[in-house]
Amino acid sequence: MTSNPAQSTQINRCCDNAFTLGPLQTGPACCDPEPVIQVKNLSLQYGTKTALENVTLDIYRGCITALIGPSGCGKTSFLSALNRLIDLIPGCKVQGRILIDGNDIYDAACDVQALRRQIGMVFQKPVPFPLSIRRNIALPLHEHGIKQRAEVEAIIEQVLRDVGLWHEVCDRLDTAAHSLSGGQQQRLCIARALALSPQILLMDEPCSALDPIASGVVEDLISRLRGRYTIVIVTHNLAQARRIANYAAVFWVKERAGELVEFGQCQHIFETPAHELTASYINGIRG
Amino acid sequence: MIWSKRNILSHSVTDKLVQWVLRFGAVIAALVMLLILFFLLRESWPAMFQLAPARFLLDASWHPLEASYNLMPMLSGTVLASIGALLLAIPLGLASALFIVFYASAHLATPYKRLIELLAGIPSVVFGFWGLTTLVPLITQWHPPGASLLAAILVLALMILPTITLTAFSALQAIPDEFLQNAAALGMSRWGMIYGVALPAAQTGIVAGIILAAGRALGETMAVLMVAGNVVQHPTTLFDPIRTLAANIALEMAYAMGDHRAVLFVTGLLLMLLVMLLAATAGWLRRNNQDWSSSA
Repeated sequence: MTSNPAQSTQINRCCDNAFTLGPLQTGPACCDPEPVIQVKNLSLQYGTKTALENVTLDIYRGCITALIGPSGCGKTSFLSALNRLIDLIPGCKVQGRILIDGNDIYDAACDVQALRRQIGMVFQKPVPFPLSIRRNIALPLHEHGIKQRAEVEAIIEQVLRDVGLWHEVCDRLDTAAHSLSGGQQQRLCIARALALSPQILLMDEPCSALDPIASGVVEDLISRLRGRYTIVIVTHNLAQARRIANYAAVFWVKERAGELVEFGQCQHIFETPAHELTASYINGIRG
Repeated sequence: MIWSKRNILSHSVTDKLVQWVLRFGAVIAALVMLLILFFLLRESWPAMFQLAPARFLLDASWHPLEASYNLMPMLSGTVLASIGALLLAIPLGLASALFIVFYASAHLATPYKRLIELLAGIPSVVFGFWGLTTLVPLITQWHPPGASLLAAILVLALMILPTITLTAFSALQAIPDEFLQNAAALGMSRWGMIYGVALPAAQTGIVAGIILAAGRALGETMAVLMVAGNVVQHPTTLFDPIRTLAANIALEMAYAMGDHRAVLFVTGLLLMLLVMLLAATAGWLRRNNQDWSSSA
């Protein structure tokens, strides 16, 4: 090392334990599946248009479940039904039931804010708030009643380390989040979602707006989150689904409505698909 | 290196023509502004030079015919009336804008916004007339004489309210939906989202609206002249009559001569200085906040 001492201490302070995902604490392994989300006969309608028809699906704790299929088959709608973000869309009707840990989230008694705290969401386009990096993470924490400065700072450092961003931003936490690169912004958004310690993470094509290198970094991060969070990810990148997912659900448009055609372990879906649409989709013949 | 501003890199005749037309327009606009400034300076020059500028601060009173030129009571009247109007109009305007964008149903939001736009279109003399015939008598009943700082503040607040509301509305409306979607996905309440995300995101636009409104309040002449009482004095209560700088010019221009006339131009210069100070503050605020709001 030839760099000057002042510089290297700076680097050391930042780079020690760049990644600090500790040992697994929760949940059984994926080979012993326990459903955390149970979707029963879910249908979605936007006005008179049916987006999703009669989907029944279990999502297992601690696993990564990939939703794949052509555009417009209702994958994103399905995802936003899981945290009731679909409520924001006027004229949207939901039929069927979604149980999370056995509780119906469309029940009138369900506290939507608490639900969304428990279910983090990451969107296709990274959208950091027009605030500093620090405040981006602190804001939702404050909103959920975590206001003690030391605690907030500790969580900020922890989640930034978890997404591998800490050593890149630790000396400029008070600069604008918009000054980060696209990949960094996406990791900040993931960190922001993780800060609320959700048990489920919904990801809507989290890599598709990023360049290949940033996309690789985010993908690695997602695999690293396996086991600690239950992850549902929409992706158009079949190779990515194959690399990271434990389970895959194939959606298809039938008679103008999205439908689930096949669900199973990722390996089975890709190697021995049961449905001919799945087979032609994963082989690139259709879709 | 492409100097697209200097040379549009186009050989098309239309582009060249447009370029020259725009240049001509820009030069005219700048020239008019500079000419006004030059004219103000030239006309106020005798007063600035022959009377020591300190006299505008230190003279015993404003009695121009007896060569006594203290402008400070009018400066304080102007500033106090504007600040009072802003204190009333900013919370009301922000509340209306937030109501339209985040709380009102579509059936209510559109007519409500139309109403505010209508308020913006009322000529100032009508505001003054209404103030004179309705507001001032009401205040007289409460606490004579009626024509007062309070009346000026209320009329001004009403006049700048639509400016603040409509600019804040546009700024809030322009916030990308994604911000709100992300905030909702983090389980934030409506107010948490407004306070934490929407207001910071719209900050630049809202501040610009407030500055615009403050400029209008400082320079408003007719309506204030009709309700403020126009007594030259430092107001000690809200019920004291005041005279503003703008009203002073309008009231005395007709008969002012010599030094008196020059001092009126100094009044105008002072008013312009106030507005420029305001614009500079706005620029400074924007530079300080640039990190947050740019590239959003």
